Amino acid sequence: MRSKESRSTRRFPRLRIGLVCALLLLGTSASAQSTVETIEDVAPRIVKIFGAGGRKGLHAYGSGFLVSPEGHIATVWSHILDGETVSVILHDGRRFDARILGADPQFDLAVLKIDAENLPHFDLQQPPPSVGVGTRVLAFSNVFKVATGDEPVTVMHGVIAAQTNLSARRGVFEAPYTGPVYIVDAVTNNSGAAGGALTTRDGKLLGMLGKELRNSATDTWLNYVVPIQQLRTPLEDIREGRYTPRPSTDDADATIAMRRYVPEDFGLVLIPDVVQRTPVYIDRVLPGSAAEKAGLRSDDLVLFVDDQLAPSSRVFREELAKREAGRPLKLVVRRDDRLITVDLPVPRKASENE
Amino acid sequence: MCASQRSHQLERTECHPVEHMDHRAANHPLTLTLSPEDEGEGTGFGRWLIVISLLFAVLAPPPVRAVDPAVLQAERERVEVVQRVAASVVAIFSNSGDGGGSGVLISSDGYALSNFHVTSSAGEFMKCGLNDGKLYDAVIVGIDPTGDVALIKLLGRDDFPAATLGDSDQVRVGEWVYAMGNPFLLATDFQPTLTAGIVSGVHRYQYPAGTILEYADCIQTDASINPGNSGGPLFNARGELVGINGRGSFEKRGRVFVGAGYAISINQIKHFLGALRSGRIVDHATLGALVRTGYDRAVIVDRVLEESSAYRRGLREGDVVVSFAGRPIGSVNQFKNVLGIYPDGWKVPLVYRREGKRNEIVVELRPLHRASELLEKPKPPQRPEPRPRPKPDAPEKPKNPDELPADLAPQKPERPEQWKHLYEERAGFANYHFNRMEQARVLKGLAEFGDYADAKGRWRFTGETADAKPFVFTLSDKGLGLTLGKNGYYFQPPDVDPLDEPAGTGGLLSALDQLKRLLTDGPEAFSACYYVGSEPLDGRGPLVDVLFTQQGTVQTQWFFDRQSGRMLGFDTALAGDMDPAEVRIQELDDFSGRRFLGRWTARSGDKEFATFHTTAIEMLTQ
Repeated sequence: MRSKESRSTRRFPRLRIGLVCALLLLGTSASAQSTVETIEDVAPRIVKIFGAGGRKGLHAYGSGFLVSPEGHIATVWSHILDGETVSVILHDGRRFDARILGADPQFDLAVLKIDAENLPHFDLQQPPPSVGVGTRVLAFSNVFKVATGDEPVTVMHGVIAAQTNLSARRGVFEAPYTGPVYIVDAVTNNSGAAGGALTTRDGKLLGMLGKELRNSATDTWLNYVVPIQQLRTPLEDIREGRYTPRPSTDDADATIAMRRYVPEDFGLVLIPDVVQRTPVYIDRVLPGSAAEKAGLRSDDLVLFVDDQLAPSSRVFREELAKREAGRPLKLVVRRDDRLITVDLPVPRKASENE
Repeated sequence: MCASQRSHQLERTECHPVEHMDHRAANHPLTLTLSPEDEGEGTGFGRWLIVISLLFAVLAPPPVRAVDPAVLQAERERVEVVQRVAASVVAIFSNSGDGGGSGVLISSDGYALSNFHVTSSAGEFMKCGLNDGKLYDAVIVGIDPTGDVALIKLLGRDDFPAATLGDSDQVRVGEWVYAMGNPFLLATDFQPTLTAGIVSGVHRYQYPAGTILEYADCIQTDASINPGNSGGPLFNARGELVGINGRGSFEKRGRVFVGAGYAISINQIKHFLGALRSGRIVDHATLGALVRTGYDRAVIVDRVLEESSAYRRGLREGDVVVSFAGRPIGSVNQFKNVLGIYPDGWKVPLVYRREGKRNEIVVELRPLHRASELLEKPKPPQRPEPRPRPKPDAPEKPKNPDELPADLAPQKPERPEQWKHLYEERAGFANYHFNRMEQARVLKGLAEFGDYADAKGRWRFTGETADAKPFVFTLSDKGLGLTLGKNGYYFQPPDVDPLDEPAGTGGLLSALDQLKRLLTDGPEAFSACYYVGSEPLDGRGPLVDVLFTQQGTVQTQWFFDRQSGRMLGFDTALAGDMDPAEVRIQELDDFSGRRFLGRWTARSGDKEFATFHTTAIEMLTQ
């Protein structure tokens, strides 16, 4: 060991201490500087998304991040993307109309596309850094839509508090994604944050900020992040147009990979959705429909959709919206004091382009 | 046990210093070596030593993981900074004992900043705790209801520990900041609670949410800011005051911090300090124009009020705002951010583009609110600061012995006997006593002119303009007149509304008459006189104190240099929708026992009328 020390530091122990101190000081100031610089580097890759919502407590804004220089944006699949237009605002204030390239509800993931070039972005080819509990992180998002125009998005700091599998619910039913997540101690569970990016302190992408979900065991709001390793394959699939809904349809149309069903497609007319949690009562059944053929009647209360609890009209519609053609829709309804199970065939729905 | 670095609610626990870390090397049993002497003494002893050592090795605690010295150094610095600034943090309590908030001392004679919504529920006098464990009386000084800022004065000492004001424009996203104060009114011993976080955003705009409170240009942080923190300081890592905490984004979890808190930037507060110190109720500003965002993110003027200074300087609908008060404007929010940090009456530069051409003007900002909206004692927002709520898992908090139980609180606000002279009620003021003091201070600047008490008669002063025209001004109760050069003859008749005479000067003759009145009769001769605040002269010049007088409909602002106290000039406005007559004094000259305008300029709008050089004055006794 001794031979490795340089002659000068051996002879002058003060010099060695001096060097160490200098390095320490440099280290301290360098790390303080680098957070500010990291943020300046990373924040432009985050976009502000505005879309459908703004009523009934559903906010109309969210976040996303660029994954290609020509404008592919990763974000969460949510009600914001339901409407006619989705607007994306870049770090420099430029506003674009975005197309929904595709979505994978199993990962709560959606990919948008804007027409641009040379945009700052995260390189998904980079292997994500290995992290663990205690890794310091930064969360970038347009939480509470504080940033407008060319204002930079919000940055919060924290650590990875836990790594676990998601067991969450929105309202009372399970969230579709139940895979591995990071739980962080930064309060990312706020409106507008979903779709934002979690990075290490030196700006390496770790994952996507999750939606506003509650832990079903503790009934507390979860600050969770879906690791980028989980999202990379579905992201690439959607980008490359390889995404096909399960089971695959014969339509070659891959522009919009989602077909969205409404209760009327099955012949169900529900009672008006006017309260916070409108129960899913069938108002009437359309003649000649699958629902009529299956024996459903007015005043039946839908309890389960595909073995998932449907506590409100809104939740029922959301479940339906995510369905694809293929296997039948299984409903469990209550009539008087009996439970009745029916299977409804899912009709082929015209694609958005037709 | 040291408070975890990652913890967000750091109480003031002690952190053990570094020393304990190094014991492991020295005392680790396995480092014992057997000296040759031991060997010789007898192997029996040696064997026992080995057995004992092994026992210690088994039973000894595992070695402490080494902490990066840089981290410990950073922690030491943090603790040192916090211990230094904690002394300036104020816990503010209302007289009835329920509710309260925080504040921070900014001068050793006791001036302290807080939020308007904290002090308004506290009343004229309040009690403040400092971390020396003592409770001090404090009096309200000035308030800014729109900006949610209040200035109070702690009483009884002239050596209060004060915070150093920082520069909030230097704050960058990602920097560490510390919020200190009294969240949830936990600090029954007045030791402020510290929370730490990073700056999450700067120059943030928060819309007024049902009240007139508007948070413009604020600092966003993820340091916990909870009810009770309001009014308290936000420090940067060097312990400089960069903001006053006051607001947060709350949504589904009620009024507790959820990651986004906002602090009023200290640079904004600096603009208002002069006005706040003078006991006023300060208003914010409007340009007198509406702006909107255009297609290419340009900020376009939508409408301009014809009575506004902006209109008179040439701003019109369709003009593109390029920069405002020196800041480039890329969105309506940014525009509002700039506007939100200035008191009304300030002059700020504005650059606009029309048909490809850049134009730069200086506009005078108008008051944002109608006088009635602000003058009636402004009410705080619906929800005042919280009372201490007993939490189900926490023991009942011991009541501060100085607190009055709510039901015994007197209806009339208490005025401590020894301090009650420090509060003077007057409509339109938070505390007129301080305005009276500021007026007295500023009016000392008139002493330089000399004694005008027996110069109440006709004035006549003569000289030559810069372009060699002789002039004679006559100010008397038969009228005000000016002869200028060969053909210039201007006259303001008596008993007639003041005129713009000479035309285009904004009413120079009336302006000079105001000066005569001020010098001969003093401020009492006006129907209103008060200290306004301090601002840069003409938007760019030296900082001046502004005194306001009104006579009939004529309003004058008098400007005194803050450094020297000397009068630098005055603006007289005959009406709100006219450019005022502006007189700027280059120098005063001696005229047999008195000093008067020696070399001075008269202008209005952006046009100069003339520069005068007075050579002789005659002032009659009556």
